[in-house]
Amino acid sequence: MNPLNARIPEGPLADKWTNYKASCKLVNPANKRKLDIIVVGTGLAGASAAAALGEVGYNVKVFCYQDSPRRAHSIAAQGGINADKNYQNDGDSVHRLFFDTIKGGDYRAREANVHRLAEVSNNIIDQCVAQGVPFARDYGGALDNRSFGGAQVSRTFYARGQTGQQLLLGAYGALSRQVANGSVKLYNRRDMLEVVLVDGKARGIIVRNLVTGEIEKHFGHAVVLATGGYGNVYFLSTNAMGSNVTPCWRAYKKGAMFANPCFTQIHPTCIPVHGDFQSKLTLMSESLRNDGRIWVPKKVEDAERLRKKEISPNDIQEEDRDYYLERRYPAFGNLVPRDVASRAAKERCDANNGVSHSGLAVYLDFKDAIKRFGIDTIKARYGNLFQMYQKIVDEDPYQVPMMIYPAVHYTMGGTWVDYNLMTTIPGLFAIGECNFSDHGANRLGASALMQGLADGYFVLPYTLGSYLADEIHSPRMTTEEAPFKEAAGEIDAMLNKMINVKGSQSVDNLHKKLGKIMWDYCGMGRSEKSLTKGLELIKPLKDEFWNDIKVPGGLNEYNPEVEKAGRLIDFIELGELLMKDALNRKESCGGHFREEMQTEEGEAKRDDDNFRYVATWEHQNGEHILHKEELVFENVELKQRNYK
Amino acid sequence: MDFTLKIWRQLDAGSKGKFETYQVTNVSPDSSFFEMLDTLNQQIIDQGEMPVSFDHDCREGICGTCSLFVNGRPHGPDTGITTCQLHMRRFKDGETIVIEPWRAKAFPIVRDLVVDRSAFDKIIQAGGYISVNTGCSPDANAIPIPKRAADLSMDAAACIGCGACVASCKNASAMLFVGAKVAHLGLLPQGKAEASRRVQQMVAEMDSLGFGNCTNMYACEAECPKEINVSTIALMNRGFFMAKIFCEKEEL
Ligand SMILES: Cc1cc2nc3c(=O)[nH]c(=O)nc-3n(C[C@H](O)[C@H](O)[C@H](O)COP(=O)(O)OP(=O)(O)OC[C@H]3O[C@@H](n4cnc5c(N)ncnc54)[C@H](O)[C@@H]3O)c2cc1C
Ligand code: FES
Repeated sequence: MNPLNARIPEGPLADKWTNYKASCKLVNPANKRKLDIIVVGTGLAGASAAAALGEVGYNVKVFCYQDSPRRAHSIAAQGGINADKNYQNDGDSVHRLFFDTIKGGDYRAREANVHRLAEVSNNIIDQCVAQGVPFARDYGGALDNRSFGGAQVSRTFYARGQTGQQLLLGAYGALSRQVANGSVKLYNRRDMLEVVLVDGKARGIIVRNLVTGEIEKHFGHAVVLATGGYGNVYFLSTNAMGSNVTPCWRAYKKGAMFANPCFTQIHPTCIPVHGDFQSKLTLMSESLRNDGRIWVPKKVEDAERLRKKEISPNDIQEEDRDYYLERRYPAFGNLVPRDVASRAAKERCDANNGVSHSGLAVYLDFKDAIKRFGIDTIKARYGNLFQMYQKIVDEDPYQVPMMIYPAVHYTMGGTWVDYNLMTTIPGLFAIGECNFSDHGANRLGASALMQGLADGYFVLPYTLGSYLADEIHSPRMTTEEAPFKEAAGEIDAMLNKMINVKGSQSVDNLHKKLGKIMWDYCGMGRSEKSLTKGLELIKPLKDEFWNDIKVPGGLNEYNPEVEKAGRLIDFIELGELLMKDALNRKESCGGHFREEMQTEEGEAKRDDDNFRYVATWEHQNGEHILHKEELVFENVELKQRNYK
Repeated sequence: MDFTLKIWRQLDAGSKGKFETYQVTNVSPDSSFFEMLDTLNQQIIDQGEMPVSFDHDCREGICGTCSLFVNGRPHGPDTGITTCQLHMRRFKDGETIVIEPWRAKAFPIVRDLVVDRSAFDKIIQAGGYISVNTGCSPDANAIPIPKRAADLSMDAAACIGCGACVASCKNASAMLFVGAKVAHLGLLPQGKAEASRRVQQMVAEMDSLGFGNCTNMYACEAECPKEINVSTIALMNRGFFMAKIFCEKEEL
């Protein structure tokens, strides 16, 4: 029997969510006070959920590994957040946002989830404005919009190049208000290492206090994971240094299935890698593609001279430049979706037309935009991004074109959830980037912030309430009961084993090794051959970890190496599953490009007959078992994506 | 490039700390300050010792996690950036670099260069928000907000809560941090309703947490990585005194 039940409500697509809300079970205020909810994560998803749940009266405990909830990696989002307000009167609607998101995801997401997302998108903007998020405005005082990839309307709301920061500070404010009210309790600098199950239901978590090293046990009637993406499995990515898969992976090993791990997003506009000492990659927001034009030299000789720095990009005449996105995709031009733009850059660099000393970069040029709008306008639009670029690369992007290259950025895959955002463990929910739900095989720009806040403010409070309505008779447990003690004991044993290996490889070195295998064999292009080889290379890493890792210091102290080592072993295991998933999916779709599966023009070729499903993996005695959730499309017609 | 590093090492809040000297060699001028520290830590781990603890996460100047006093200045010698945005090309080959944690009574040391800034969370909890429940907001365009107000509000809202203002101030005052939040919200029509309550509560909380007073030295503005303007402090003071004059003092 298929263990997956997506629990999608009956009825026409546009009515599902409304009907769900009208008929779902509720918890009365007196009972809410008796229920404890654990939220792990304080990014847009976690902070908004914790605030909203606190507001309605639950007791919420919220955890993050940073020293303050305000530092979750959502803070780094630059470009913007989508909503179908149609303030620009350019033909936007719920249906269009729904359709763009389904198509952008290459038809690998659930219709019902995506439609709900489009429906609540407008409430998000209203909510954020009410909280004081200083979105950009025009001279009439109305909200301004910009365009993002994969859409032909202007629906992206933004706050300079710091949209994520401003939205997160809004949610952090709402969260802080609940902390002051006493409905939410904060646990900063805590690393979640395990979910605790009691009679098959999630009833708590085990965390390590990062300051003291103490292993703590926490009870909740339900547990919500909002722990972000797993891009750091590639070592180098645009994620924060601490971003990790540990909460989802430990939950996976306890029974919460993991979906579509191979759906990873490589973002086309990042600052290129400059050396092997590099610790992370920096994104240059997609919004830059509103005004910047992407090109490489037409002639390989020119590219060679540019790589040797014999000439400057400004020396290349207009007729010798190949604006390859505008050439290949005239309808969307520089605003094609990310997967398409990334592959096109790789294609040009593979053909030896790439620039920078490595040959792994293309230009993003603002010359024409500066000519058209003036330098001040461009400064107002992107000033902080240009400054960031200049600091890193030591070149002035107002004078010479930026150099960019694709980098790992976002993970569409993640913990499997049903329509209620509940995982396959009853009482365990997953929201935001850490679940798999809304973006299919490719996420459109400015849609992750939308999803995080939709899940947290507007979806979870209903669906979690519906689950908790049946839990009002479950008394609070003390964490001295056996399941808690056992789980804590296992974690303690694992940490002790890890620190006592006393091998020769540092955590960073082994992580770099993992990252290189992932990127070389399961990066922008994947094939049966590369994946088979990659799997062969990745398998021994687990043993290498348990036999040769070197974790200095002790467990009962502030010791970042312990934290990092625990994350690494989970990344190694995830890396293997990711490759397995990629090998299984013999089709190209969205961010997953199987080289064997492309059209004559080199575009991704889906195989709807055989792969129109969510690949959902279950962990059983060290094995990964595949289950398929068939995707049903009743409202959109499946087509080969076309941005030409 | 090669460097001599003098780094503050301290086991925990209760212990006494001291400077240790280290050599790092073969550092690329293109590497960031933290990549240089990563290189050092790798050396230290290879020798079987405890690496230097320092706070960092986004490494792109936005999360506010990183701190560090570098050669006597918060976030190092450049202006308008955080330590994670500092690059080694900014230093001279062979230079000695002194690295210390933020030093302020309200920010106790956790280990080495890591400090506890939870006092900032407490100040925000005292009123650094607009009290609005989820789901009961009018249409976002219902109140037009003049572009200038929105822009000034955004300037103040850019604060990343890193604590450089406190670390740079000889009185360890948090006035710029509080001023930035008061200005961000107070400049918007939505934030006006509870403006006087907000400013009084936040200032009271700041005082109770052991931050010092502002004596108009403006070191905070000079060292703020987001270049938040001290005019926000003036705005805050004005709000504070107006609230007092008009006897709007709330029951705190
Ligand atoms: C540089 C960059 C720019 C982006 N720009 C945009 C954009 O313009 N528009 C857009 O829509 N999207 C953008 N994205 C994507 C978007 O920012 C993220 O997908 C989204 O913010 C994720 O939010 P989240 O709440 O799910 O997770 P996060 O914000 O990553 O938060 C994760 C939380 O989980 C906690 N956590 C993680 N692991 C543990 C653990 N083991 N124990 C305890 N706590 C833990 C962390 O402390 C943190 O609080 C961008 C992403 C990046 C990296
Ligand atoms: S590490 Fe995020 S601001 Fe420096």
